[in-house]
Amino acid sequence: MRFGLTEDQGLFGRSLRGFLADRLPLDALRRLAETGTGFDAELWRGLGELGLHGLLVPEEHGGAGLGMLDAALAAEALGYHAAPAPFAAALVMAVQAFRSAGDAEQQRQWLPRIAAGQARIGLGFAGLAGQTGRAALRLEGGRLSGALDGLMDGGEATHFLAYLADGRAALIEAGAPGVTATLRRSVDRTRALVDLDLAGAAPVALLQSSNDPLAAARRVRDAGRVMLAADTLGAAQNMLDRAVAYANERVQFGRVIGSFQGVKYMCADMATMLEPCRAMVWYAAYAQDAVPEEAAMVASHAKAHLAEVGREVARLATEVHGGMGFTDLLGLHHQFKRITFDRQALGGPERCRHDAAVAQGWVAA
Amino acid sequence: MDLTLTPKHRALREEVDAFIAAHRDAAPRPGGGRKRPDRKALDWQALLLKHGYFARTIPREYGGFGAPHDVIELAIIADAFSRAGISPGIHNQGISMLVPTLLEVGTEEQKRRWIGPTIRGETIWCQGYSEPGSGSDLAAAQTRAAVEDGHFVINGQKIWTSSAHFADMMFLLCRTEPDKSKHAGLSYLLLPMSAPGIEVRPLRTMTGRAEFNETFFTDVRVPVDQIVMGRGDGWHVANVTLKYERMLLGDPNKLQQRLEATRRMMEQPGADGARLLDRAEWRDRLLRLQGEVIAARNHNMRLLTETAEGVDSGLGRFIVKYHGTMLAHRLASLALDVMGSTGLLYEPQGEVAEDDPATTWQIDYMYDIGLIIGGGSSNIQKNIIGERGLGLPREPKAAVPAGRN
Ligand SMILES: Cc1cc2nc3c(=O)[nH]c(=O)nc-3n(C[C@H](O)[C@H](O)[C@H](O)COP(=O)(O)OP(=O)(O)OC[C@H]3O[C@@H](n4cnc5c(N)ncnc54)[C@H](O)[C@@H]3O)c2cc1C
Repeated sequence: MRFGLTEDQGLFGRSLRGFLADRLPLDALRRLAETGTGFDAELWRGLGELGLHGLLVPEEHGGAGLGMLDAALAAEALGYHAAPAPFAAALVMAVQAFRSAGDAEQQRQWLPRIAAGQARIGLGFAGLAGQTGRAALRLEGGRLSGALDGLMDGGEATHFLAYLADGRAALIEAGAPGVTATLRRSVDRTRALVDLDLAGAAPVALLQSSNDPLAAARRVRDAGRVMLAADTLGAAQNMLDRAVAYANERVQFGRVIGSFQGVKYMCADMATMLEPCRAMVWYAAYAQDAVPEEAAMVASHAKAHLAEVGREVARLATEVHGGMGFTDLLGLHHQFKRITFDRQALGGPERCRHDAAVAQGWVAA
Repeated sequence: MDLTLTPKHRALREEVDAFIAAHRDAAPRPGGGRKRPDRKALDWQALLLKHGYFARTIPREYGGFGAPHDVIELAIIADAFSRAGISPGIHNQGISMLVPTLLEVGTEEQKRRWIGPTIRGETIWCQGYSEPGSGSDLAAAQTRAAVEDGHFVINGQKIWTSSAHFADMMFLLCRTEPDKSKHAGLSYLLLPMSAPGIEVRPLRTMTGRAEFNETFFTDVRVPVDQIVMGRGDGWHVANVTLKYERMLLGDPNKLQQRLEATRRMMEQPGADGARLLDRAEWRDRLLRLQGEVIAARNHNMRLLTETAEGVDSGLGRFIVKYHGTMLAHRLASLALDVMGSTGLLYEPQGEVAEDDPATTWQIDYMYDIGLIIGGGSSNIQKNIIGERGLGLPREPKAAVPAGRN
């Protein structure tokens, strides 16, 4: 028994972080965030070279065949640097969707394309995850119509995977006839949402091979929730690190502000809230692969808990920076908004805690 | 304690309700203190002033309505506007901070000259306090004003100056007596932003807009009589203004408006047809906040009464800014949570057009953090509460040199 990362995992996290630190200095991040699409071709290529695209794709389909814990480490690094790159939906949830509800042929056809970075799939869950907005899709005679709001990783996506209320999912091409995708820039300019309007669009694949489609859909949702929790972990850690550094530099009343107990206690509070979150995210990710009976419960709890801690850290770290924290000058707000996004997407804490109660059989769904 | 409504009070309540019903279409959206008031806001302001729903107790000779101070009247008016979700008029740094400062310590001439145009929303003020090296340590301000042939000649830099890019005037804290001790060397000047030598450079905030600025002064000349109280009294005057600023930042009527707006959203059926208000966990969050807002409003009534009776509320007043800004943050937090993923959409319209609700709440949510910092951060408020309010000893002045720990 060992609760911790392997050497390889530690190395992977560090190298990814090094890469992102190098690629995303503040001026670059500011420029990329301007568009609000949550995508940059060069960054995407670079992440592919580091093996991110095929991280979860089984080796037989051209991926690295790694697990959810590895994916969570990647999400954490992306959150730490507020990277404008599709990940939670395009590279984790989509892969899980194919693996849990795609047939062998669909997996053979699509997983290699995901691993190669060619298929970038925006994914829409709507009601199944407690997202707000429109969620009314009809599949009639093999054609999909209706509206679905708030698809994640939808900016510059090549495809959309739209979940139906019954847990089946339809894959459609972004530019296909009958597909209108409206980019919605979110407050987090490093990740966009897309609203879909469909008028008789023809899916290129229908994922319906699970004998319990709703359960399969929930597993995909849980994978996404763990990723958003890990993303918040990274973003919050970044804000804490910067607050501590600032508290060590900034002088008021002839003293570095970190020497005031008020400031020290803010930093200590952030650390105390955040530190256990790391192990929680690790476990929640690990459980997705290895502890099926707890996977749903801990995924929702991790998402909810990180959202609560993230909100506190986001406020406190900004406060430590004083007026500087409220400006664009230090770019601290990129992580602040990352945390906002992670909280509001795929169901807020109330909804997640409800799902955790359902997962434990305390209440009916 | 006597809150019985006299027939006069009841008549006022009916009158205000009738006014709102008749004129609500003329009202601009609530908020908007971060923009120059447009025609609609100015007309609305004029209408409110005429009816005595704004600046009610400010004497007529200064442009107010001149009613005697009556806490219940003020509460009736504030309550009617927040219940209806209608703008109660303009709240900006001039109206809520400088005007009461002048009423308290200004000269007759200053009151006659500045209060009228300021409360009408015509003259916009900005606050020149913070500098790159002195934020929390406000008394360390270095911006210098030397006296030369009947003028102050100002040199230096201010930062985080909200609204400076559209303000007409500034109230400025600067050092006029360099030989005196830190706190005794400051003065509080009034100067036009059009004065030669002032340069305003916008600073982008986390909202993506440039709501505040850096303000540079190079040999800016101001007649020596443009001072509030005397030379060396700046720290005292600055603190009078801060007192009102902190009341403004903790304003319970704003909290009430927020609460009502959130309740209205929670009454709307969601995508699944259910109302959030029907779900216990959501209702309880709202109710907890409602309880706190009720406490804040009752507390405010008590403070207003004490002020009217000439009592300094001390502790009761010191807690208002910290309490109110944290509560505002939690109200905005709930509003975002209520909106869920659709509440993430963010397209600020800039200075001209109105923002959509999701964008407005996101801006409020971020701005609330700014207000937790501005006007004296929460830590500074806690120091004041502990030291001045509760009589605890001051923090030891440990000598910790910069850059080390
Ligand atoms: C939205 C917004 C609007 C503003 N508008 C204006 C304006 O119009 N005009 C103007 O002049 N200024 C304005 N300000 C500036 C504001 O007054 C300052 O930001 C504030 O006073 C804090 O100063 P600072 O930014 O230098 O932070 P610092 O003083 O550097 O503080 C950094 C951190 O250290 C803490 N700290 C400092 N001293 C102590 C202590 N003794 N004990 C414990 N903790 C301490 C603070 O609490 C804070 O968390 C605005 C600020 C904001 C955010």
